[in-house]
Amino acid sequence: MVGDSYFLCRPWGREYNCKDKGVQAEMKTITTDFEYLAATTVEEALDLLSQHKDDDYKVLAGGQSLNTAMKHRLIAPEYIIDIKGLSDLDYIRFDEKEGLKIGALATHRSLEKSPIVREKYSVLCEMEENVASVETRNWGTVVGDLCNADPAADPAPPLIALDAKLTIASKGEKRTVHAEEFAVDYFETAVQPGEIATEIQIPVLPPNTGVYFTKYSQMLGDYALASVAVLITLDAKKEVCANARIGLAGVGPKPLRAKKAEEVLKGKKITEALLAEAAEVAKTEISPVSGIEGSADYKRELAGTLLKRVGKEALQRAQKA
Amino acid sequence: MKRELNIAVNGESYNFFIEPKTLLVQVIREMLGMKGTHQACDSSSCAACTVIIEGKAVKSCSILALQVNGKEVTTIEGLADGTNLHPIQQAFIDNWAFQCGFCTSGQIMAAKAFLDENPNPTREEIQMQMDGHICRCTGHNMINEAIQDAAKRLQSRDAAKRLPAQKKLQPQKWAQTAKSGKGA
Repeated sequence: MVGDSYFLCRPWGREYNCKDKGVQAEMKTITTDFEYLAATTVEEALDLLSQHKDDDYKVLAGGQSLNTAMKHRLIAPEYIIDIKGLSDLDYIRFDEKEGLKIGALATHRSLEKSPIVREKYSVLCEMEENVASVETRNWGTVVGDLCNADPAADPAPPLIALDAKLTIASKGEKRTVHAEEFAVDYFETAVQPGEIATEIQIPVLPPNTGVYFTKYSQMLGDYALASVAVLITLDAKKEVCANARIGLAGVGPKPLRAKKAEEVLKGKKITEALLAEAAEVAKTEISPVSGIEGSADYKRELAGTLLKRVGKEALQRAQKA
Repeated sequence: MKRELNIAVNGESYNFFIEPKTLLVQVIREMLGMKGTHQACDSSSCAACTVIIEGKAVKSCSILALQVNGKEVTTIEGLADGTNLHPIQQAFIDNWAFQCGFCTSGQIMAAKAFLDENPNPTREEIQMQMDGHICRCTGHNMINEAIQDAAKRLQSRDAAKRLPAQKKLQPQKWAQTAKSGKGA
C-alpha cells in the first residue's frame, strides 16, 4: 500500500518508530561507511558526479534529512558528495528585471531573514518561519529541501504559486524545470544522475498581486497534513481575477498545482462562493493517503478549507497591493 | 577511509582522524569527552544536542563532523567563566527552568545564540525561537521566563562593562572645562 510505504520512507515519522521499536535504540548514529568527497566549486562537484554511477552516491548540502535517513538505515550510499563548501552558490539576489534568485546553498534561515525577500516576496519568509526549527533552518538549505522531495515539505507550494523555476546543471549543460514538475514522486525529483539543482528563479510579481501560504500541522514546525499557497493577480481596476496559481502539498505523492481550480477563478470576480467552488474542484485534483495523522477524506476536506481561507487572504493582499 | 578533521571547540583547537560517517555530536561526546551536549532522540526533533557553530545554533546530531572542518564550535562547557556561571545558566537556575536537565544544555545554547542576535526579545519571539526544543518535565513557561530574565541580566552586565570607559572620559571633560576657565 502506498500509504504504508510512504510512512516507512519518512524516517522522522512517529509511525516509523512505532513499527520498528527493536532498532530504535541503535539509530542515533550512522553505521554504514561511505567515502566522503568534498567539492569547493560547481565544476568540481559536477566532475565528481560524472565519475560515479547512478545509485551509489548522494549529494549532501545541509544533510538535515539525509543524515537522518542514513541514521535510520533507509539509505546507505557508497559515496557522499558534499557541496556545502560551494560558497559561490550561497546567495540570494534580487533584480528588478529578472526577479529573485536563490542559490543552492542558501539556508532556510538566510531566506527567512533576507530583507529584500521580506519586502518583495513576504510569503516566502512567512513560510520559512514554520519550517522545522531554527536549528534546522540554520544548517539546512532550501534547494536541498526540494531535492529531498518530501511530499509534505513547505517550500514547494509557495514556489509553485510564484511560478518559480529551478536550474539543474550537469557537466557542460544546464536546463530549467518548473517548480511543479521538479518533484516527480515520493522522494523523487527530476534531477538525474550526474546533475545537481543549482538555483531557484522567481519572476518579478506583476502589479495587483497577492500571495499567501498556510499549512496545517500537528505541531509548530512539523510536516504539513495539508498546505496551500494561492497567488491572485487582479486586473487594473482591481475587480476581476486576471491570473491565479494554486500550489498544494501533503495531499499526494508530490507537491502539485491545482490547474482546474485556477481556471475556476480566472476571469471572474472573486467571492467567497467562487472560492468555495474552486475548493471543490481542487478536492478532485488531489490524492491524499490515509495515515495515523488523518484519513484521506479528512486531508481532502482540510485542503479545501485551507484553500478557501488562503484564497481570501491572497485576495485581500492583491487588493491592497 | 579516515579523514583529517581540524576543529576548534570552546576556543581550543583539536586534530582528529575520523571515519566520515562520524557525527559532530559523536566527536564532542566520545572523542572530546564533553558530555554536556546530549542526544535524546534519533530523528533530529528534540534539539537537546544544540551547539553553536560560528554564532548559529545547530543540531550537532544531524551534521557530519567533516562538514564543520576548520570551524569554531561552542558547547555548553564553553559558557561558564571558570566557576562563574554564564548569566543564562544562572537565570535558568534562579527561575527553576529545569528539573531533570536533560534538554537544558540544548535550551541554553539556543538561548545564547538567540540573545546574541536579539538582546531584547519579547515572549512571543522566544516562543518562536525555542519551538524546536522539547522539554518533558519543567514546562516551557519557566524556560521562557528564564530567557527573559537572562536577557535583562546580560543587558545589565554589558552596561556594567561599559561603565569604566565612561569613568575614564569624565576627568578629561573636567580637565577641558578647567582649561577653558568655565569649570568650578
